[in-house]
Amino acid sequence: MTALEEVPVAAPQRAVAGRPARRGLRRREWLWGFAFIAPNGLGLLAFYIWPVFQTLYYSFTEWGAFGGHTWIGAENYAKLVSDPEVLKALKNTLLYAGLVLLGVPVSLVLAALINTPGLRGAAVYRVLYFLPVVTMPAAVGMVWRWLYNGDIGLINYVLSLVGIEGHHWVADPRFALYATAVVGIWMTVGYNMVIFAAGLKGIPKDLYEAAELDGAGPIRQFFSITLPMLSPTAFFVTVLTSIGALQVFDVIYLMLGSNSAALRNPAIDENQTIVFLFFERAFVDNDKGYAAAIAFVLLLVILLLTIVQFRAQKKWVHYA
Amino acid sequence: MPERVARRTWPVHVVLVVGAVVMVAPLVWEFLTSVKSFGESVRVPPTILPEAWDWSNYTKVFHSIPFGQQLLNTVLMTAGRTVGQLLLCSMAAYAFARLAFPGRDLIFMLFLSVLMVPSQLFLIPQYQIMQELGWLNSLQALIVPGVFSAFGTFLLRQFFLSLPKDLEEAAGLDGANPLRIYWHIMLPLARPGLVALGILTVLWSWNDLMWPLVVNNDPERMTLSAGLATLKGEHFTDYPVLMAGSLLATLPVIVVFIVMQRRVLEGIAFTGTKG
Repeated sequence: MTALEEVPVAAPQRAVAGRPARRGLRRREWLWGFAFIAPNGLGLLAFYIWPVFQTLYYSFTEWGAFGGHTWIGAENYAKLVSDPEVLKALKNTLLYAGLVLLGVPVSLVLAALINTPGLRGAAVYRVLYFLPVVTMPAAVGMVWRWLYNGDIGLINYVLSLVGIEGHHWVADPRFALYATAVVGIWMTVGYNMVIFAAGLKGIPKDLYEAAELDGAGPIRQFFSITLPMLSPTAFFVTVLTSIGALQVFDVIYLMLGSNSAALRNPAIDENQTIVFLFFERAFVDNDKGYAAAIAFVLLLVILLLTIVQFRAQKKWVHYA
Repeated sequence: MPERVARRTWPVHVVLVVGAVVMVAPLVWEFLTSVKSFGESVRVPPTILPEAWDWSNYTKVFHSIPFGQQLLNTVLMTAGRTVGQLLLCSMAAYAFARLAFPGRDLIFMLFLSVLMVPSQLFLIPQYQIMQELGWLNSLQALIVPGVFSAFGTFLLRQFFLSLPKDLEEAAGLDGANPLRIYWHIMLPLARPGLVALGILTVLWSWNDLMWPLVVNNDPERMTLSAGLATLKGEHFTDYPVLMAGSLLATLPVIVVFIVMQRRVLEGIAFTGTKG
């Protein structure tokens, strides 16, 4: 989450010396404050905050077949920097994120189109574009596997009508990641579009009126007003989308994964991502120490990329 | 004048309609396949509309997998997480927004830090906790970690901050304690925020995959998303039945979304602009 615009919080009244009633009230307010945050706070501590440190500890251990673990120092990390699987997964994850980011300009254009003044049915479009966001990924994965099917899939049939020979999109290592990224874009475009549309509403109308008087057409207005005014939103969307894409699991697991070793999709080994690898190591192979180290690689990648994006924003984001 | 407007918007409609077809086509195909016979579903070239509408796939889903049980599990998990989050997050958010106590801002930053950490860093210890409690393959495992939320606290705190202070000050002078103020004044005022958080929690919870997949592997204890994910057309290649199951699993959230779409979209836009 970006800029925490700190709205002044109900400023704690300065206790005036020698007014015990006031001080008593404030002390009680302390207790109330702690009582109110305790349930959620303790839960977050037990299930979210403390586990990060535990995972860090686990990343320095090796797990036995029966659940016990022994300290092995930095061995997991030494192993993963030269593990071809990790490197491949890292490459795939970055490629996938890059591909999904191609959807961001698409959602911006869609938001601008939907915000066209006097457009009828904007609400209907919004709902239709948002449907993939709320559709259960497990169902989505199933449908797309079916559409991508090499022999009986609808996509190859449509391609054959225009004379293109299709492929086994999700079973062919050359195409599987791209095919999955298409679904990734399909699932995020509507979400980003809604955020962009909200940003568009915040642009003052008189800017456009002034531009119109100066004879600027809609295209010129888009590049000279809309784009710069929207750059903070675009920055937020880009950061959020890339963080989400770097953590991709659902679509990879659903479209390329398989539950049994015998039926393993030949494309998965070449196309697995970091989180998929983490999941397999942690919960299929029960190699939780190594999985914990992989999780920290992901954290590192996300941190690095976010820092890069924050640095780069100075070049292209205009804050009014 | 109206003519000019009409002339100017039709190219926009063309683009948007093409886009909408791309967005909806997979879902329409899901539905059309779900009412075909198995033989028709695998035919080349494919038929678009079914020759004979075969609704039996929808009843077959209930016999092929414990669909009814998984539906119930999903409903209970979603309801439990949503009610829990609304209560716990609104309490914490009220305190962060309206009460003064030492370390408040520091603790709030600690809450926010949870938002920035990828969920994989919690997953192994969370699983360990479930295992030690003996909660694997249980409803509690599906619900409990999901009732605590940093995001929900953040979202509601923003709402509470935007509310006027007069009412609670008046109540405070009348001797009402923070619990009364929270319950009788703040919660009713925060209804739009609660509704937005509630819907978002329902949507994300219903569709949640990795956690249910990890903690519950007994088909009777699975959620719909995990149940469907483990089928994936291996032992079970009857695609029309799979499509019927997928559609049934998806339908409740689609209905919730369409009925509450303004709130959902407002909530998303809110997180985007205030994030």
